[in-house]
Amino acid sequence: MSLGVVIPYWGQTIFRALGVAVAVLIPAGTAVYLYLFKMVSFMQSRLGPMEAGPYGSLQLFAEVGKFLQKEDLHPDNADRFIFKAAVFVVFLTVFLIYLAVPFGPFAVFADYSTGIFFAIAVSSVSVLGILMAGWSSANKYSLMGGLRAAGQLIAYELPLSLAVIGVVIQAGTLNMQGIVAAQVNGEIFGWGGIGFPYILTQFLAFVIFLIAAQAELTQTPFDMPIAESELVAGYMTEYSGFRFLLFFIAEFASAGAFAALAATLYLGGWALPGVSLDASWMNVVGPLVLFTKMLIIMGLIFFVRFTYPRFREDQLQRFAWKYLIPIALVNIMVTACFKVAF
Amino acid sequence: MAKVVPGVLKGLGVTFKELTHTVTPKRLGGGPATIQYPHEKEAPPIRARGVIALHEGNCTVCMLCARSCPDWCIYIEGHKEKAPPRRPGGKPRTVSALDRFDIDYALCMYCGICVEVCPFDALFWSPEYEYSEPHIADLLHDKEKLGEWMETVPEAPELEVGADKKKK
Amino acid sequence: MTTLTDRQQLAYIAGQAADARLNVELETEGMTLNIGPQHPATHGTLRIICRLDGEQVVWAEPSCGYMHRGYEKLTEVRTFPQVTTLINRIDWLGSFANEVPFILAAEKLMEIEATPRAQHIRTILFELSRIANITLFLGDMGVQLGAVTPVFYAFRDREYVLNLIESVTGGRFHPNYDRIGGLKDDLPKGFIDETKSVMKTVRAFCNEMEELLVGNEIFEARTRGIGVIPREIALQYGLSGANVRASGVDWDLRRDQSLPMAWNKVDWKVWTHPDGDSFARYWVRLQEVREATSIVEQLLDSLPAGPIMAKVPRIIKVPEGEAWVSTENPLGEMGYYVVSKGDTGPFRVKIRSASFNNISVTPWVLRGVYVPDVITILASLYFILGDIDR
Repeated sequence: MSLGVVIPYWGQTIFRALGVAVAVLIPAGTAVYLYLFKMVSFMQSRLGPMEAGPYGSLQLFAEVGKFLQKEDLHPDNADRFIFKAAVFVVFLTVFLIYLAVPFGPFAVFADYSTGIFFAIAVSSVSVLGILMAGWSSANKYSLMGGLRAAGQLIAYELPLSLAVIGVVIQAGTLNMQGIVAAQVNGEIFGWGGIGFPYILTQFLAFVIFLIAAQAELTQTPFDMPIAESELVAGYMTEYSGFRFLLFFIAEFASAGAFAALAATLYLGGWALPGVSLDASWMNVVGPLVLFTKMLIIMGLIFFVRFTYPRFREDQLQRFAWKYLIPIALVNIMVTACFKVAF
Repeated sequence: MAKVVPGVLKGLGVTFKELTHTVTPKRLGGGPATIQYPHEKEAPPIRARGVIALHEGNCTVCMLCARSCPDWCIYIEGHKEKAPPRRPGGKPRTVSALDRFDIDYALCMYCGICVEVCPFDALFWSPEYEYSEPHIADLLHDKEKLGEWMETVPEAPELEVGADKKKK
Repeated sequence: MTTLTDRQQLAYIAGQAADARLNVELETEGMTLNIGPQHPATHGTLRIICRLDGEQVVWAEPSCGYMHRGYEKLTEVRTFPQVTTLINRIDWLGSFANEVPFILAAEKLMEIEATPRAQHIRTILFELSRIANITLFLGDMGVQLGAVTPVFYAFRDREYVLNLIESVTGGRFHPNYDRIGGLKDDLPKGFIDETKSVMKTVRAFCNEMEELLVGNEIFEARTRGIGVIPREIALQYGLSGANVRASGVDWDLRRDQSLPMAWNKVDWKVWTHPDGDSFARYWVRLQEVREATSIVEQLLDSLPAGPIMAKVPRIIKVPEGEAWVSTENPLGEMGYYVVSKGDTGPFRVKIRSASFNNISVTPWVLRGVYVPDVITILASLYFILGDIDR
């Protein structure tokens, strides 16, 4: 960093830890207010929370305060250690995904050479957390929710990864900064005006990525694990107070994480067309640009969530295995052919 | 799963249209379907059954309302008094005086049978509904409180075309 | 710690023994899941005991009675107007429709008929309660399947109908408006125009539901072929209302009976569907709401002038006798068997409610389906707990 100040390594670590906390909580909080309180309310002909703060902007803090002052309950027959640990496993996964996403030319927590591979791999750790939550709750509904989640999340890992491979073939690198650079420096038929965001050629993969992300986040139409009208809250039924708050934040933060991945892979990430990749002021503007793109994609995810009914478990699996994966494979083949040809 | 595109996208269109309708300001014809209650209030219709008001002067303690209440939530006590005769030299008349007339709104079903059976038009409906109390015992409205509700009783609405002009 | 009486202790032990018998009689493999009595999906406190094998239901039985309020006993000690107030609360969503068969039975015993104007307005309000009831179903089915938005449109557009009912009767949910010989009051001014514009809104809502849910491929995938009830089974189990019409049976009491109501004076159609699955039940009810709006508009146009109440004595004593009247309520066939001994109140009333017979088919239809489909089927059968348990 060319700031002229030498920060010792322990200082950098603290800075990074705080940074990732901010990076996780701000998209989650904004998404909750903008989409869960306001957008869904407007879709339902009502205004949403309006009392706490102007236009209900402080409602989120009121809710956090409410959850924090609740009693820490657990069911009598629950396996206490696993019951308590499950939440942290899910929460940890979200942080791990944010580690790999670049926010600016140097504002990246861990610039792995196989960044995207790392991100997709750690996103599957949350399956463990959900299974732990479902099984240890000593509740038949939670158990069913956890089992459904395991099947669904593992099934939708594949379309998620296959959709990304097309981008990797086009960019020629697994490194996230490299993918951003390839999009900004690319040209569409010789015109370098807006670079070459991969959404143009990989539109099918973008759609598959979003559908698979919707399933990974267990959002309607793929919210069988939660299935509010059947299983009350699925694997989250027995959690209350602070633990439920962590699940809730994890759900919205991982929506932000997948949106960040989609923005980086398909929309050009933190970079703006025409701006050099090394400008150090992009370390401040880059996160804002990425945040805006994340909000747009999260808007799509929640818009679909609040409109559709949910699939049944076997229809969900059939959709993944018989439709999404073959289409993603075809996409990879076509991309590879075009890459070799041009 | 053949024609995935049209049906699901039309559904998105419906919710999007609703979203734009809710955010357009009221003077352009949009707005939400809800009102922000403590700050804005909707006026209930004239016949709305909010609270029962008592016109004490008409009550003759005939007890018909207390007898016809399905919940037995009206408590009436009265006594007979001697009133001066109507013309000099006559016998003193006995009139009934109302001691206690309580309606327990914690039990009241808001059915309106008491208002309907009263032969002397002493009970009226009023559309007032904001009288909730923190203590259930305060929901027992006594004679004075029921008399205060009389100020909120509206005029009966005009009837639709074709109705019989003579009301029973 | 409160002490229990002997009787309470005996009842507790008997209940435990019954539960134990239930578990012992079945095989020990598989999981027993209680759907309810506290559950977001059942419309109230209904308990369905399912024996699962993985996600498939092997055996299911409904256990109702958690909301039993003792209506038939309550009516024994009340007068006719008081009973009218109580029975509003059986099917609380389409509440005017509950009063009508009872009042018709009492009028049959007294051998009087309501005035033509009263008959017309009774039919208008009956159809308005049908609209209020079924629009809730149209949105509610979406919620059971996971779509959280349509139910808000249902409540929003139902408000207009409830406001109409309130402007006439004074109560949104419990009108208490029907009287022996006619109705309590006449219509307020402006009702006819107001109702016509509300009917247009309801039709727009039906079109919205068609685009949002019926045309949605996910909805079709969740409801087509789920919970198929063939024609013979529907008739054997005594299903009624839209449930039996969706199985292809052309049966509607409004058309087939000749009650002193105004249905035979207007032009309307009975909708049936041959499939008998959950999609058919939803579709039939959607068309019924549209049909009800058209019936209301025709009735408003042909409203006769005149008195609202026939000549009845002030204190009504219904003569001795027994009468049975049933009508096509929003939930199905609802009927009252009124036994009178010449008093101001009935001697005994037997209430035949539609939902009680409608859920009797659940053990048959829930065998072999997946758990999510259990919710879909229960939602499409559409019962109200007040109607089941009374």
